[in-house]
Amino acid sequence: MKILVTVTEVAIADDEFEIDDTSIDETYLTFDLNEWDTYAIEEAVQLQETEDEIEVVTATVGPERVEETIRTALAKGADRAVRIWDESLEGETMIDPSRKAQLLAGVVEDEQPDLVLSGVQSGDVALGATGVALAEQVGFEWGAVVNQLDLDGDTARVHRELEGGVEELTEIELPAVLTIQTGINEPRYASLRGIRQAQSKPLDVRSPADLGVELEAASLELTDLVVPESESDTDLFEGAPEETAAQLAELLEEKGVGA
Amino acid sequence: MSDVLVVAEHRRGELRDVSYELLTAGRELADATDGELHAAVISGPVEEYADKLDRPGVDQIHAVENGEEFNHGIYTQVAAQLANAVDAQYILAGNTVNGLDFAPALAERLGLPLVTDAVDIETDDGLSVVRELYGGKTEGTVDIDSERALLTIRPGEWPEADGTGDAAIEPFEADIDESAVRSTVTGFEEVRTGDVDISDADVLVSVGRGIEDEENIELIEELADAIGATVSASRPIVDNGWLPPDRQVGQSGKKVSPDIYIAIGISGAVQHVAGMKGSETIIAINDDPSAPIYDIADYGIVDDLFDVVPALTEQFGE
Repeated sequence: MKILVTVTEVAIADDEFEIDDTSIDETYLTFDLNEWDTYAIEEAVQLQETEDEIEVVTATVGPERVEETIRTALAKGADRAVRIWDESLEGETMIDPSRKAQLLAGVVEDEQPDLVLSGVQSGDVALGATGVALAEQVGFEWGAVVNQLDLDGDTARVHRELEGGVEELTEIELPAVLTIQTGINEPRYASLRGIRQAQSKPLDVRSPADLGVELEAASLELTDLVVPESESDTDLFEGAPEETAAQLAELLEEKGVGA
Repeated sequence: MSDVLVVAEHRRGELRDVSYELLTAGRELADATDGELHAAVISGPVEEYADKLDRPGVDQIHAVENGEEFNHGIYTQVAAQLANAVDAQYILAGNTVNGLDFAPALAERLGLPLVTDAVDIETDDGLSVVRELYGGKTEGTVDIDSERALLTIRPGEWPEADGTGDAAIEPFEADIDESAVRSTVTGFEEVRTGDVDISDADVLVSVGRGIEDEENIELIEELADAIGATVSASRPIVDNGWLPPDRQVGQSGKKVSPDIYIAIGISGAVQHVAGMKGSETIIAINDDPSAPIYDIADYGIVDDLFDVVPALTEQFGE
């Protein structure tokens, strides 16, 4: 059995930052493995540990910079990685789930996995749509926002986390794409041994052309990026912690708390 | 082709609020395109739902009988057929767990661009959608270069359509390929509530990612004990297993509206705010003055929680 995990590097903005046209100036960004994807990787690695003969492959769209992030996924237990990129993708804002899915679909067609795990969303762009778009493109079944997964032959038995503390129990035929929610497991930290081994695991770079992907013309364009106006009218208590705590305590007592 | 189709959402016998919000957003779009507003309601007691969806501004309601609950295989097929039957220019769905389980597939099937999680829609010069980027720190405008498009809208951003309308309610017979329905919903489970129900509490002390470590939760529990409050949490704390799921406030946890909500080390992501914005008085303790929690907090202390929380507990000591 083969599990493909889609892995994204996300940009996390500092508390203070400057906007340059339609992106945040890179000096104010930290790049990291997408939080949701750490759970998807963990889920794949846990399946690999409990079932026989499972290969875990990661797929990532991104420039050379993202290889550090990919190595993190390999250090956590994935067997090998595919990175999709060429210069034609420079400047892609990844705002269009369909285009990103087309690139990943190239890897799915190539690798023919039985199961694709992807994070529910990325922490920066947060489309929340790439996994399901990918499933439709490659003709797989799917399930969005999965917070429990058990494999039973050709069926995935999942819980989907709906709003308001309700979970939907669903049986999904494989092959399928499942989007993985945070909290489904406890992602491990990479061990030193894992980090060492990751350095020698295969990481193939494929261009869209290598994968037979001809991207359709973009129909979505990010044309403006602003910091939303703060609607804050918070009364702030000022001073040293003892002073602010005393002021807050007074307010709470006025409202009948702790009396 | 100038009509707008919205796909209503329901679960276990009830229409969800976002359905009425979709009617408002859909009417705004239909006014801009000079078209009609169609609403689709698929599965469950559709006649009852259709009557409830008949609010001012809705022109036609398509009631599609098929099973009881949401299934993305059914929804994708039905919505695609309806979109073609009414020749919809724009299709709207909720940016919800189920909305995101069928809308991307529907967009692919119809060959439409999809923009998710819209918080505003502009129609002055073609269609543009405003949505958050970089974890809510920025808002981006996405221009859509296409005649037709599919959008999902963030719950709570548009008011619910209100009142009684005079829409034409008609059944729609969809042609379902059952062999293409390859998932089965077998039931539902609710997160069990232990001996504490946070939605009953008058005072909640709520802890978030800023607490950094499991052992520090003790600081929060000490404060809660001192002031007679109940401890709740934002998602990361529950994801980490530091507090049980029945303590989670937010979209996927509990909705709470206590007299006093003290948010400690909580940034105030939209999913969290959705669960606690109804609180009477909101107090934030967070060292980042730009954290979105300060958009809704009535009182705040912009300082290190590890200094402020013990000092506050002290104030209520013997």
